[in-house]
Amino acid sequence: MAKRDNTLKLKFDSARKFAPAPESRSAAKIKPKYDLFINGKFEKPLSKKYFDSTNPATGEKLSEVADSSAADVDKAVKAARNAFNSWSKLPAAERGKYIFRIARMVQERARELAIVETLDGGKPIRESRDFDVPTAANHFFYYAGWADKLEYAFPNRTAKPLGVAGQIIPWNFPLLMAAWKIAPALATGNTVVLKPAETTPLTAMLLAEIILEADLPPGVVNIITGAGSTGAAIVNHPDVNKIAFTGSTDVGKIIEKAIAGTDKKATLELGGKAANIIFEDAPLDQAVEGIVNGIFFNQGHVCCAGSRLYVQESVLESVLRKLKDRIETLIVGDPLDKNTDVGAINSKQQYDQIMKYIKIGINEGSDMFQSSCTLPSKGLYIPPTIFSNVAQSSRIAQEEIFGPVLTIQSFRTDDEVIEKANNTPYGLSAGVWTDKGSKIFNLTTKLRAGVVWANTFNKFDPTSPFGGYKESGYGREGGLHGLAPYLNLV
Amino acid sequence: MSKTISKNIPATTKTNGVHKMVSTKRLEVLKTYKIYIGGKFPRTESGRYYIAEDNAGNNLANMCLSSRKDFREAVIAARSAFGDWSAKAANNRGQILYRIAEMLEGRRAQFKEELIKQNLSAAEAENEVNLSVDRLIYYAGWCDKFQQVFSSVNPVASSHFNFSTPEPTGVVSVIAPQNSSLLGLVSVIAPVIAGGNTCVVLASFAKPLCAVTFAEVLNSSDVPGGVVNILTGKVAELLPYFADHMDVNAIVYCENNVADKTLIKEKSALNLKRVVLYDKQNWDAQSPYFIMDNQEIKTTWHPIENIGGSKGSY
Repeated sequence: MAKRDNTLKLKFDSARKFAPAPESRSAAKIKPKYDLFINGKFEKPLSKKYFDSTNPATGEKLSEVADSSAADVDKAVKAARNAFNSWSKLPAAERGKYIFRIARMVQERARELAIVETLDGGKPIRESRDFDVPTAANHFFYYAGWADKLEYAFPNRTAKPLGVAGQIIPWNFPLLMAAWKIAPALATGNTVVLKPAETTPLTAMLLAEIILEADLPPGVVNIITGAGSTGAAIVNHPDVNKIAFTGSTDVGKIIEKAIAGTDKKATLELGGKAANIIFEDAPLDQAVEGIVNGIFFNQGHVCCAGSRLYVQESVLESVLRKLKDRIETLIVGDPLDKNTDVGAINSKQQYDQIMKYIKIGINEGSDMFQSSCTLPSKGLYIPPTIFSNVAQSSRIAQEEIFGPVLTIQSFRTDDEVIEKANNTPYGLSAGVWTDKGSKIFNLTTKLRAGVVWANTFNKFDPTSPFGGYKESGYGREGGLHGLAPYLNLV
Repeated sequence: MSKTISKNIPATTKTNGVHKMVSTKRLEVLKTYKIYIGGKFPRTESGRYYIAEDNAGNNLANMCLSSRKDFREAVIAARSAFGDWSAKAANNRGQILYRIAEMLEGRRAQFKEELIKQNLSAAEAENEVNLSVDRLIYYAGWCDKFQQVFSSVNPVASSHFNFSTPEPTGVVSVIAPQNSSLLGLVSVIAPVIAGGNTCVVLASFAKPLCAVTFAEVLNSSDVPGGVVNILTGKVAELLPYFADHMDVNAIVYCENNVADKTLIKEKSALNLKRVVLYDKQNWDAQSPYFIMDNQEIKTTWHPIENIGGSKGSY
C-alpha cells in the first residue's frame, strides 16, 4: 500500500497567482551594432567582421558586436602599452578617483545595465538588479580606494604594477566579472585589454561607454569582443604581462600551457563541483533555502555552485521532501519578469551540455526529480533538476555540469563526508550546515576549498577574497588578497 | 669508489689487560649516502648510482641515482604525512623547526667537512653552516606568525562574519638550488614545511653530500617521516615527473634554465600545480613571502544573527 502523503505542501502556485511583472525593456537602449573600444574610441574592427548577440530567452537578435582578429588584439595591446607609462605614473589618488567615477556611473546607469544583462544572458532581472550590477559597482568603489594605499597592504615590500593585463571573462556574470577584473588592475596601476564572452558582450560595451564618459585616459581600458580565437590572441600576445581568466578548467589548462616559457603572470578562476553538506542538527528549512540558492542561483551557471549535496542519513528523507516541495515553488520563465526565480539557459551550447548530463544521470541509474513547472514555449529553459541515489563515482557527481542540476548523496559520519567532499580535483567552494560551532570549524578547516560557506551559500562581497584550490585555479580576486596578482612585490 | 683515506691515528692494543696506545693506521669507516623517503633511508629501488666528485675530479661518494619510482614512493609518503603535519599546532611546527636547527648546530663539524670536500674554503663552509642554522631558526619563528600577518577579517556589507587565512597548498616538489649544497637546500625546504606543506626534494646533483646528511638531521629532529623526502639524482631525468605528478600540488624550481621552466609550466598545467620559480636566488634572502608562495587563501563565511534590538552601544 502506498504511503499516505499527508504533509502540508507549499502551494504558491495555486494559493496565489503571480501576475506577470515584466521590467520595461524601453528603459535600456541597445545599439544595433557595437565596435571595439580601443584607445578611448569606438573603432571598426580590422577584421571587418561582426557577430550577433541574441537573447537566450527568446532567440531574438539584440545587437551585433565586432569579431576581433589578432590584428585587432594587437592594436588594443599597443594602446594599453602606450597608456601604461603615464597611467602607472599618475598620482595614485588620481588613479583612484577615476575608478570612483566608474563606480558612480555604474550606479547611475544601474537599471539600464540590469535590463541589458538579463536580455543578453538570460538571468532573472531580480538577480541582475539586486546582485550583479550593485556588486559590480561596489567592486569598483572598493578597489578605487586601494589605489593610494598599496604601501599598507604588503609589509616590507614595494608594490609595482605588472604592465598590460589581458583579461578574459565568462558569460555567467558578465558585468560583475568585468568589474572583478578591471577594478583591481586599474587600482594597482596596470592597463587593461578585456574580452567579454561571445554570448554576453553587451554590458561590457555599456561599461566601455561609461569608461569613455568617465574620461579615463585613452588606452587605459580597452574592451574588445570576439570568441575563443580572440582570447587566444590575447593570451599569446608577447606584450601582455598578465593574464586573468575566469572560465572552464579545460581552457585554464590550455592557457597555463600557452604561457609556459614566458614571464606572463596569471590568475585562473576555473570550474568547481562544490559539496554542500547538511548535518542532522542543521536548521533544515534554512538549509533547504541554502541548497536552492546554492544550485539554482543564476540557473546553476555558477562556478562555485553547490552542485553536490551531502545529507546526513538520518535527515535525508525529510530534506529530500522539503527540497522537492521548495523546488515546485520556483518560478521558471521570462528572465525580465521580476517574479522569476530561474531564467533562461545562456546558450544552445550550454543547453546541450546540461541535457547531455541529465541523460548520463538517468543512464547511470540515479533517480531524477524535476520541477513540474511549465516552461515557456520559446527559448532555452531547463527545469530545476535533482538526482538522488547518486554514486560518488557517478559522472554527474564528478564533472562540472554548470546548470540547474543537483546530485544528492548521504553520509553518516563527519570523517566520511569530509573524505567524500574532498574527493574531487576541484576546490573552489564548499558549504556546511550545522548548529554546532565546533563542527563548523572542523569542517571548514578540513574542506580543501578556497571559499567555505557555513550556514549560508553563494555569498560574495568586494572585500572578500575568492578563488580556488587545486584544479579550480589559483590567485584570489576580491579583498586585499586580490591586489597581489596584479603586482610585483619588490 | 671513494678513496680509502687512512690517517695516522692512535689505536689501542691490549697487553696484560691494560689498554696501551700504539701508533697504527686505522681504516676509516666510509658513509653510505642513501636517499630519504617516509622517514627511512633506502637505496634507490633502481640500483643505480653516480659518483659525486670534487673540483679536482676526486671521487667523494657513490650517490643514489634516484628513479621515477623513488619519486612516486616519496610522493605517497609526503601525501600520507600531509594531514597530520598541516594539522599540527603552528607552535609545535615552530618547535620542530627549531629542533632541526639545534641538531644541525650539533653537527656543524660534519657539514663543514662535507662543504669543504665540495670545494668551499673553510671560512665559506663555516659561514654557510652558520647561515643555514640561523635560517632554520628564522623560519621556526615564523611558523605561528605569518598567518596573522597575511590573514584578514573582511568587512562584508551583508550580515556575515567573514575571514581569510592562509592554508598550506599540500605536497610540494622541490628542485633544490644546484649550486649550493646546504644553504640553498635549507632555504627552500624551511619555508615550505614551516607553512604546513610536505615535500619531495631533489638535491643538488653536483653537491649532494649535505642533503643526505641533512636528512639525518631531520630524522633526529622530531620531523615526522614523510614531511621531507630527499632524493639525489639527475634534474633532467626527474624534472618531468616532479612537474607532471597528479598528486603534487606545487613545484619549486630555483635555476634559470628556460627550457626547464617551460617544461615545468607545461607539465604543471595537467593538474594546475602552483609553479614557484626562484631565478638564481642568492640565498641571502629570507622572508615570510617565501612561506606564502606555497599557501592558499581560504575565506570562511558565517551569518550573524540580526534579529534583536540591542545595538551593543553600552
